[in-house]
Amino acid sequence: MPETAVASADAGLSLKELARRHGLSYSGRLPSLPEYTRQLWEYRHFIRAHAGAKITSSLGNTKLGAVWQVLTPVINAAVYYVIFGLVLNTHKSMDNFISYLCIGVFVFQFTQSSVQIGMNSITGNIGMIRALHFPRATLPISAALVEIRNFMVALIVLFGIVLVDGEPLTFQWLLVAPILLLQSIFNIGLIMFMARYVTKMSDVRQLVPFIMRFWLYGSAVLYPVTQFESVLKGWMLQVVEANPMLVFIELYRHALLEGTTLANVPAVLWIQAVAWSVVVGILGFVYFWRGEKGYGRG
Amino acid sequence: MADNERVPTVIADDAHIIYRVLQGPGAGNSPLASFKRIATRTKNSNIREVHAVKGVSFVAYRGEAIGLIGTNGSGKSTLLRAVAGLLPVSRGGIYAAGQPSLLGVNAALMNELPGDQNVELGCLAMGMSPAEVKAKKDEIIEFSGINEKGDFSSLPMRTYSSGMSARLRFSIAAAKQHDVLLIDEALATGDASFRKRSEARVRELRAQAGTVFLVSHSEQSIRDTCERCIWLEAGSIRADGPTADVMKEYEAFSRR
Ligand SMILES: Nc1ncnc2c1ncn2[C@@H]1O[C@H](COP(=O)(O)OP(=O)(O)O)[C@@H](O)[C@H]1O
Ligand SMILES: [Mg+2]
Repeated sequence: MPETAVASADAGLSLKELARRHGLSYSGRLPSLPEYTRQLWEYRHFIRAHAGAKITSSLGNTKLGAVWQVLTPVINAAVYYVIFGLVLNTHKSMDNFISYLCIGVFVFQFTQSSVQIGMNSITGNIGMIRALHFPRATLPISAALVEIRNFMVALIVLFGIVLVDGEPLTFQWLLVAPILLLQSIFNIGLIMFMARYVTKMSDVRQLVPFIMRFWLYGSAVLYPVTQFESVLKGWMLQVVEANPMLVFIELYRHALLEGTTLANVPAVLWIQAVAWSVVVGILGFVYFWRGEKGYGRG
Repeated sequence: MADNERVPTVIADDAHIIYRVLQGPGAGNSPLASFKRIATRTKNSNIREVHAVKGVSFVAYRGEAIGLIGTNGSGKSTLLRAVAGLLPVSRGGIYAAGQPSLLGVNAALMNELPGDQNVELGCLAMGMSPAEVKAKKDEIIEFSGINEKGDFSSLPMRTYSSGMSARLRFSIAAAKQHDVLLIDEALATGDASFRKRSEARVRELRAQAGTVFLVSHSEQSIRDTCERCIWLEAGSIRADGPTADVMKEYEAFSRR
């Protein structure tokens, strides 16, 4: 009888062997990296809808709504201007210090808030993760899109500040587009790294504000980059000047300002920026993908 | 032969599932303490582990409808989440044919968003294409009945009663066809008329699905739909067999 033949073929097998015999797949199986990337592409509509939803719900929460998007960077810049421009008077030798400062503050803020939002992109969506099936990397990517969009609003404010400060509008401003692309890839890598890292080590949450402040001081945001050259020498100077945030900020300054002294010649800055965004982008993605099946645990 | 051949669709092999819970900020949460733990790679003492499922093994076959019973907190929802691949198994393994889908009332949506936008988002998250979503959206809202008392689908979910949001969640999840279907207390949602509608919908899905797992506190719906029953207690299987037998044991246990 065929029935007994089937039954006896299955009999005596361990559960694991039985599963293999019938082609069942392990529920925690990690898709390969190309397969995962393809899934992400198929979920692009979900990413867009999720990012859009985040933006509308964040705007709906406050009375002034969209106005805050513009106001926050402006207030930030004003505070720094009062402290570093008027009180400490760091800018004796520079006539475009306001633009110089604002570019640093805005660009740094872009990455800083990406890091912060990255820490919540898994832990803040745990209910959805435990209920529905979708590639988890869609969440950090949608978080990154929200940040990119916010930064584009801030950029328009920044352009206004730079123009009012007396800088001419030149073709070089177009360079902002590729820099923005590179920094965005860099940020996505960081967000993905943070998203998984906090699920393994929730302690980093406490340390991130300190790390970010340290990073801020090392990125020539609040004072001219030339100050590093007067206090550091040799390899130490090279290490500080290879700092990705410093590189991105310098590139934006190169694009928007006339006659600023850069940390390096533009060609070197471009190479550094491409290297940073490729390395951080890929490593962050691979690191996140490796943890794909564990995010439901919280 | 085809009738009698038993094809396994879900296999659990000594599966253990452990939740990690981070307790709120307390002592030892200063940056310095955090730094020390990261440097020495020690675990945060604020993290507690909940061993929710302890070594469960079973084989589910194509065409079966299996009821999952047990007292509150015995690990039924947890087990279903793991079968769906939403929660990782800490030890042992769970194997499944295709991608099992969980039909739960707990599917979290975004509370700040209006109902119709949540429908779109939920459908996209289940892997539907934008065209499918568009085609199904009105049907889903209609089925959930949230618009029966006014235009609620354009109000944020936080303004819904808990029954309304549970109905919407169920309607979203039930909009898709599933191979292995896991139903978690979904039938208990909402008022009588919605319950009737949702039971009919589940029967429809069941007829098309290969295997069904059903968690329900309604003894009747388990007796009606499931020929086999697994009784889970404190994370372990207490009984697994024909519904009538297992139910009898379970009733004797819960009367005590
Ligand atoms: N998100 C969670 N975090 C930590 N523990 C949880 C979580 N969800 C459930 N548990 C615990 O796991 C056990 C089983 O819960 P659950 O699977 O929801 O039970 P049931 O669905 O059978 O009522 C319970 O002890 C519960 O406290
Ligand atoms: Mg439950």
